[in-house]
Amino acid sequence: MSSVKAPLQKKSELPQSSFPETELDKATIRFAGDSGDGMQLTGTRFSSTSVLAGNDVISFPDYPAEIRAPAGTLAGVSSFDLSFSSSEIYTTADYLEVLVAMNPAALKANLKDLEKGGILIVNSDSFAENDLRKAEYKENPLESGELNDYRVVQIPITKLTLKAVEETGLSHRDGARCKNFFALGVVKWLFVRPLEQTQEWIQEKFKRPEIAKANELALQAGYNYAITVELFHARYHVPPAVLPSGDYRQITGSQALALGCVAASSRSGLTLLYASYPITPASDILHELAQYKNFGIKTIQAEDEIAAISSSIGSAFGGTLAVTGTSGPGFDLKSEAIGYAVMTELPVVVLNIQRGGPSTGLPTKSEQTDLLAAMYGRHGEAPVPVLAAATPGDCFYMVLEAFRLALKYMTPVIVLSDGGLANASEPWKIPDENKLPDLKPDFHTEQENFSPYQRNQQTLARNWAIPGTPGLEHRLGGLEKDSVTGEISYEPENHERMVLLRDEKIKRIKNDLPPLEIIGPEKNELLVVTWGSVYGPAFSAIEELQEQGHPVSMLHLRHLNPFQKNLAGILKNFEKVLVPEMNLGQLSRLLRAEFLVDTIPFAKVQGRPFLISEIRSRILELLAEK
Amino acid sequence: MNVQVKPRSSIELTKADFVSDQTVRWCPGCGDYAILASIQKLMPELGIPKENIVFVSGIGCSSRFPYYMDTYGLHTLHGRAPAFATGLKVARPDLTVWLVTGDGDGLSIGGNQLLHMLRRNLDVNVLLFNNRIYGLTKGQYSPTSEQGKVTKSTPFGSPDMPLNPMLFALSAGATFIARTFDVDAKGMQEIFKEAVKHRGTSFVEIYQNCNIFNDGTFSPIYERTVREDRILKLKHDEPFIFGKNQNKGIRLNGLKPEVVNLENGFNRDDLLRHDQYTSDSTLANLLSNFNYPEFPVPMGVLRQIKNSTYGEIIEKQINTHLEKHGKGKLTDLLRGTHVWTN
Repeated sequence: MSSVKAPLQKKSELPQSSFPETELDKATIRFAGDSGDGMQLTGTRFSSTSVLAGNDVISFPDYPAEIRAPAGTLAGVSSFDLSFSSSEIYTTADYLEVLVAMNPAALKANLKDLEKGGILIVNSDSFAENDLRKAEYKENPLESGELNDYRVVQIPITKLTLKAVEETGLSHRDGARCKNFFALGVVKWLFVRPLEQTQEWIQEKFKRPEIAKANELALQAGYNYAITVELFHARYHVPPAVLPSGDYRQITGSQALALGCVAASSRSGLTLLYASYPITPASDILHELAQYKNFGIKTIQAEDEIAAISSSIGSAFGGTLAVTGTSGPGFDLKSEAIGYAVMTELPVVVLNIQRGGPSTGLPTKSEQTDLLAAMYGRHGEAPVPVLAAATPGDCFYMVLEAFRLALKYMTPVIVLSDGGLANASEPWKIPDENKLPDLKPDFHTEQENFSPYQRNQQTLARNWAIPGTPGLEHRLGGLEKDSVTGEISYEPENHERMVLLRDEKIKRIKNDLPPLEIIGPEKNELLVVTWGSVYGPAFSAIEELQEQGHPVSMLHLRHLNPFQKNLAGILKNFEKVLVPEMNLGQLSRLLRAEFLVDTIPFAKVQGRPFLISEIRSRILELLAEK
Repeated sequence: MNVQVKPRSSIELTKADFVSDQTVRWCPGCGDYAILASIQKLMPELGIPKENIVFVSGIGCSSRFPYYMDTYGLHTLHGRAPAFATGLKVARPDLTVWLVTGDGDGLSIGGNQLLHMLRRNLDVNVLLFNNRIYGLTKGQYSPTSEQGKVTKSTPFGSPDMPLNPMLFALSAGATFIARTFDVDAKGMQEIFKEAVKHRGTSFVEIYQNCNIFNDGTFSPIYERTVREDRILKLKHDEPFIFGKNQNKGIRLNGLKPEVVNLENGFNRDDLLRHDQYTSDSTLANLLSNFNYPEFPVPMGVLRQIKNSTYGEIIEKQINTHLEKHGKGKLTDLLRGTHVWTN
C-alpha cells in the first residue's frame, strides 16, 4: 500500500505546475468536523472529482445520530472518508494519508487513524479555549507537541473564508458556513484536481446567487491560498485506474437499491409499490424512489413500520411488485407480517439496512447483526430466502435477484444491506438494460379447476391470481390452508404437510442458483468465508496475501438461505474455515449447524467495518498455528 | 391494471353469486349474520363485477367476513386491515375495496392504522362491527365497553373510559361517518348504499349484538319497544325529532343541546336541523356526543363531505410528473448525470 510517506523530494516535472508532484497509487483522506460543518458535502464533492479523474473510489461517511449535537463536542463529530486509487479497490484503507480537522473535537476523534508522517490540515481559528474545553483538551494540541509525528498544516480557515466572501455581503454566520469549500479548495490543490466540476455543481445546487457566489469564492480562495503560501512541499497525483472497460457512474448502496427497484419494475412490466416508514439508514431509498413517479413507481410513507409492510403485502395481492425497506428496529416490527407473507405465499421484498443494535443501538453505524433475525425471527416455521449485498453496486443486482425469487417462488425475500453499504459509494459499471433478468410475472387466468394453492410441481410456487381476474375470486389469510383446496384447515396432518411444503419450496431455490466461485485455490489450508460488506476489507487482505503466496482462499456468500449447493463440498477442502463478521458469529453458527464444520468465528461489533489489517493479522495468526 | 380482463358486466348477478361455498362459522344468533345477508343482498344492485371487489379484514369474529363473500378477499393481521387496504387500493385504484373490522381490531390494536387511513381519505368502505366486547378471545372488555364493565379480565369492572368510534373518526378527518344497527335490515341497506356512493373513506359503525359474551348490550337502545324513543333517525335537512309520537326534539340552548317536548311550547323551527353535507364539523361533533340515556342515539349519516382521496392525489402527482417529464427511460436513469468511460 502506498502512502504520502513516499519520498517527498521526488520531482515529476509536469508542465502545468511548478510544484513537485509525487505520484501515488492510492490515497485516503478524511474530512472531519462538526455535524454542521458540511463535511459530508465536502467529501462527496471530492469523491465526484476523483471519480471523474478516473480513479477507483470508495467512500465511507460516518456521522452521529444526532442532527446537531452540541457544536464542537466529540459527540457531534461527522466525518467522510474516501480512498482513491489507480487500481481497483474494495474498501477504504485502514489508515489516512490526509486528515482535515475543522475543530479540536474532530482532531481528537480522528487523529488515531492518521498515519505517522501523514498530513494534518487544521482550522486554527477553532482552537480557542472554549473549543478546546468542548473537545476535552486540557492543553492546545497545536502547541503541546503531541502532533510532532505529523506534518501539521495550520490554516486560519474561518478568517480567510470570511475575507474571501466579504464582497457578497453575507452575514458573518452565513459567510463562515462556506469554510468547508475553502478546505475543499486546499485539498483540491494538494491532489491536483480541477475546480470546474465543483464550480458547476455549486451553481446548480445553491439557488440563492449570493450563497453560490460565496461558496465559489471560498473554494477558489482555498486553492489559491495553497499555491501562494506554499503550505505543502509537494502535490500528489493519483493516476486514473484501469477498470474493466465500459461506462461508469458513481453509486451509493441506497441509490443502487432504488435503481434495482426501478429496473425490476421495468423488467416485469408491473407497477412497483414501495411502502416504508422513515428510519436511519434506510430512508434514502424512500427519498430516491419518491422521485420516480414517471417510471411506474408508487411510494407510500406509512404511519409505522407494520403499516409499511402491510401495505406492501396488500399491493402484492393486487398484482404489484411489492417492496418495503427498513432497519433493525423496524425489521423486528415487520416480523409478524413477514410470517403472513410466508403463509399467504405472496411475493414481497423486504430490505433491511442493518445498523448497530439491539434496540435503538447505533442508528448511524454499521453491523451485520440481523442475519439470524432474518433467518429465524418469526413465530412458527416460517422459512424465507435471505440475500446479502457485497458492495454498494451489488445492491442493485441483489434487489433484482430478490424479485426474481419472490415472483418465481411466491415468497417474501429478505435482502440484507448495512449502513456502511447504504452510504458508501463506488464507481459502478452501468448495466445494459436488456441484459437484466426478465421478471415477467405469470398471472393465473385459467378458470377451470382453479385453486389458489395449486402448485407448480417444480418450484412448488402456488398460483398467483389477482383481483380483476374473472372467475378466480378467492380469499387468502393467515389461517392454515388445506394443501389442495386452499380453504381453512385445522387438520393436524394437513398442517404438517403444509409446513413441509413451505419449507421444501424455499429449499428448492438451491436448484436455481449458480455454483459459488472460490477466490483462490479450491483446496487450501485456510478458507475465509464472508457475507455482506465484509467482502471489501476481506478481499483486499486476501488478494494481498495470495500475491505473497499464503495458502488462503476466499468464498463470498450472497445467498444465505438457502445456501448454494456446492458450499458443502467446498468447505470440506480446507483445514480451517475463518468467518469474519460484524456480529458474534451468526453465519459461523449457521455453517456449523448445516455442515458440521468447525468454523472459526472472527467478530467485530464496533459499529464500524473491519480494517484490512485486522483480517490480514487474523489470517496470518491462523496460518502460523500448526 | 396488469392483466387483460373481460368484466362480466353483461351477466346479471344475484345475491347467491356473492355467497361463497364456505360454511359460516359465527355463533348461532350472532348479529353478524344479518350484516352479511345485508351486504350480500346489496352487492348485485351495485353493478360492480364481482372480480373487481375485494373484502379486506383484520382479526376477530367480524374479520371472518371475507371468507363468506364470493369476491376476492384478504383476511389479514390483527389491526392491520387498513394498511393492507391502503397498499391494495394505491396499487389498484380500479378495485372496489371493503374493509371489515371490529371494536377491538379497529380501535385497539389497529387504532393507528384506522386513524391514518381515515385521515388520508382512502377510497374504501369501512364496516366497523361494534359489539363492545372481545368475542373471539372469549369475552374480555373492548375499547368501546362501558366503564365498570365486568368481564373475565375485569372481574371488578373495567377501569377504562370507552372510546366513541364516531368521535374518533371525526377527529381523524373522516369524510363520511354513519351509524346503523344489525337488526335494522332496511336501515343498513340505506347506509351501505350511501357509503358505496361516497368517494373517500366511508366509515360505518354497526351496533352488533354478541349473544354469547355481551348479549343485549344495545337492547336498551334498539329493542323494538323502546327504539323510537331512544334513536334519532337522521335525515338531511330535517329537524331532530324523535319519539313514538314524534313529539320530542333537540334544540340548542346556548352552546348546549337539550331534549325538548314539542307539546310544551316548542315547535319545529326551534329545533336543530340536520345538515350532513356541511364542511363545518360542529354538528357532527354534537351528534357524535349524543349518548343514551341523556340523548337518543343518532342513526344514519352524521357527516358526508367532499375531499380529495389519497388515491386521487397520488394519481394526479403521477400524471403531472408524466406530463412534465414523459415516461421515464430506465437506461437514462441507470446512467445518472455523470458518466465516464474506461
